[in-house]
Amino acid sequence: MVTETGMTPTPSAAGERPVIELVQLTKKYGEATAVDHLNLSIARGEIFGLLGPNGAGKTTTILMMLGLTEPTSGQARICGFDPTREALKVKRKVGYLPDDVGFYEDRTALDNLVYTARLNGVSEQEALQRAKALLEKTGLADNAGKKVGAFSRGMRQRLGLADVLIKNPEVIILDEPTLGIDPEGVRELLALISSLSRDEKLTVLLSSHHLHQVQQICDRVGLFVQGKLIACGDIRTLSKQLDADGNVYIEVGAKGWTEELARNISGIEGVRDIRYPQQGDDELERGVTATVVCERDLTAQIAEAVIQKDAELVYIRRKEYGLDDIYHRYFEKRGES
Amino acid sequence: MMQPNKTAASRSFKEQLRLDEWRERARKLWTELRPGGEGNPPRERSSSSFWVMVQKEIGDHLSSWRFGILMGIIVLACIGSIYSAVSAIRSGGSSASGGAGDTFLFLKMYTLTSSALAVPSFSTFLSWLGPLIGITLGFDAVNSERNKGTLGRLLSQPIYRDDFIKAKFVSALVIIAVVVFSLGLLVMGLGLFTIGYPPTPEEFARILIFLLIAVVYIGFWLCLSILFSIRFRQAATSALSSIAIWLFFTIFYGMIINMIDSATAVSQMAAPDAQLRQMNLVLTLNRLSPTELFSETISTMLSPGVRALGPLTMDQLVGAIASPLSLGQSLLLIWPQLTGLLAATMICFGLSYVLFMRQEVRSRA
Repeated sequence: MVTETGMTPTPSAAGERPVIELVQLTKKYGEATAVDHLNLSIARGEIFGLLGPNGAGKTTTILMMLGLTEPTSGQARICGFDPTREALKVKRKVGYLPDDVGFYEDRTALDNLVYTARLNGVSEQEALQRAKALLEKTGLADNAGKKVGAFSRGMRQRLGLADVLIKNPEVIILDEPTLGIDPEGVRELLALISSLSRDEKLTVLLSSHHLHQVQQICDRVGLFVQGKLIACGDIRTLSKQLDADGNVYIEVGAKGWTEELARNISGIEGVRDIRYPQQGDDELERGVTATVVCERDLTAQIAEAVIQKDAELVYIRRKEYGLDDIYHRYFEKRGES
Repeated sequence: MMQPNKTAASRSFKEQLRLDEWRERARKLWTELRPGGEGNPPRERSSSSFWVMVQKEIGDHLSSWRFGILMGIIVLACIGSIYSAVSAIRSGGSSASGGAGDTFLFLKMYTLTSSALAVPSFSTFLSWLGPLIGITLGFDAVNSERNKGTLGRLLSQPIYRDDFIKAKFVSALVIIAVVVFSLGLLVMGLGLFTIGYPPTPEEFARILIFLLIAVVYIGFWLCLSILFSIRFRQAATSALSSIAIWLFFTIFYGMIINMIDSATAVSQMAAPDAQLRQMNLVLTLNRLSPTELFSETISTMLSPGVRALGPLTMDQLVGAIASPLSLGQSLLLIWPQLTGLLAATMICFGLSYVLFMRQEVRSRA
């Protein structure tokens, strides 16, 4: 499934046409290749996370999907339309929140929303109604009459979401929606996005380099590095790919760890190795004394062994790969190859 | 519809219900008719969004501080020039204008200045401050939207990309037209009020054409500043570049032409042919400047006595009757200049159009 070329499988029913379909999409700036033969399809109602470091080509990809930049080669189809030829039809169905969204600062939040709605051909009356409803939904109702210049970063981002939704889109594309917001704000925003996606059957594509934030709400993620999609799938699948050696890692934190205890644990059937964290590892900070490599899940047996030796068991956890680890591992793998 | 509705209050409830029925029926009919009547929905929608943009831009301009300040300066200048013109007409107008000029007294409101007051005339003010209006309205048209991050958001709406740049241009031009015409007509009104001498239809037409040309001229500077606002990412850079060009044409260009003139000058004793060629060369160089084109057009429009804008030989003057030109002839005289101004404006707009369509939309790059 680590595909560099070839279609990415979608989890949805095969019959329905994907909402977003990118085929061999390439963008070159002179010699530099920003996006390199990208293949991707996203089904209706899915929340897809496009992950990658800064400069990986995420924004370029998004701009090509909207027809704001022309691809060098390859094709994109959004809701069945080609963004380079039928940009207007695509833009009517797609809401886009740029990474650094700007508003007319000396206008009120309501004015800004109504303006966007009017540009989408909504009548003034209806625009006002929709804007008010969306401000309510995004928790900005009290600030509707305030000038946007006085808004905080989090409020702007929520206003941006309202701005995206006011045209009743089928797809929303959010570029780094969580950038520069405090953790609580991020949580609220992500909750808002996922509930919206569920309620209105919206397809969401969001790009980010904050892995763990995105991890919470995405159905699938794609890892995007140097213009290439190096991996794609849900988080479980991705972490399974990393566990290719079939081992289970169990982190143990204990007070009074002795050589004897280590020997005992090694004696448990199925334990392959015990690794100790090096000075400076973040495992040490988390209070991990040792990581036990086993053939299968032996958490219970290890805990028992520790307690039997009168050591104090402080912490025990089967290690699961979060996106962070996946990310790092992929980089490591790339470095090796 | 209104009359039965009013009386319905006194009638029975049932009758009122019937009225509602009718209303319902009418609404149904309307909705049935609508899709048929719309004809070409996508284009229509986009053109309506174009006007939405224009409307918003005009609102922004009108509520901005700089527009208020500029208007204050211009209105003050305008009042000053009227005062000066009126006092000049009152004091020496009758004695100074002996022959042909007297018939166009009203036009003097726009050109005459009192030598005692040293305040320029209205037309001079307009040719001085006009470019400033254009530059003020255009210098941050595109780059401020880009820097604020609104450009990306705006262009991800279903609007044509050229509608954006057109809306910027049209809205500023509408404002310019309103300002110029209201000022011009204000001068006219005040003139009527103070000298009590009504304009003839020809004078009125000349004044309207003069104002129209002023709008075109200011439109040129607007286009130039919009072009710079697309080219330069910083609003300050584009403002300074526009102002630099404006200063160059109003102050330095004349100096440079003078230098060229003195460097290439032919002697007084040279053949008339050589002298004429020299004069034409200088004139052609001068006419590269839009400021010169504008001043030639307005002097022709506002002083019907002007018969030619270049050198005239004695041959050409033989048999000419010393009378002011008619409106049609004056227009004919300035037609090349007017075309030049329009062409310069179109070129600037075309360049900015092409530049903008090719530019990549990135948020605050």
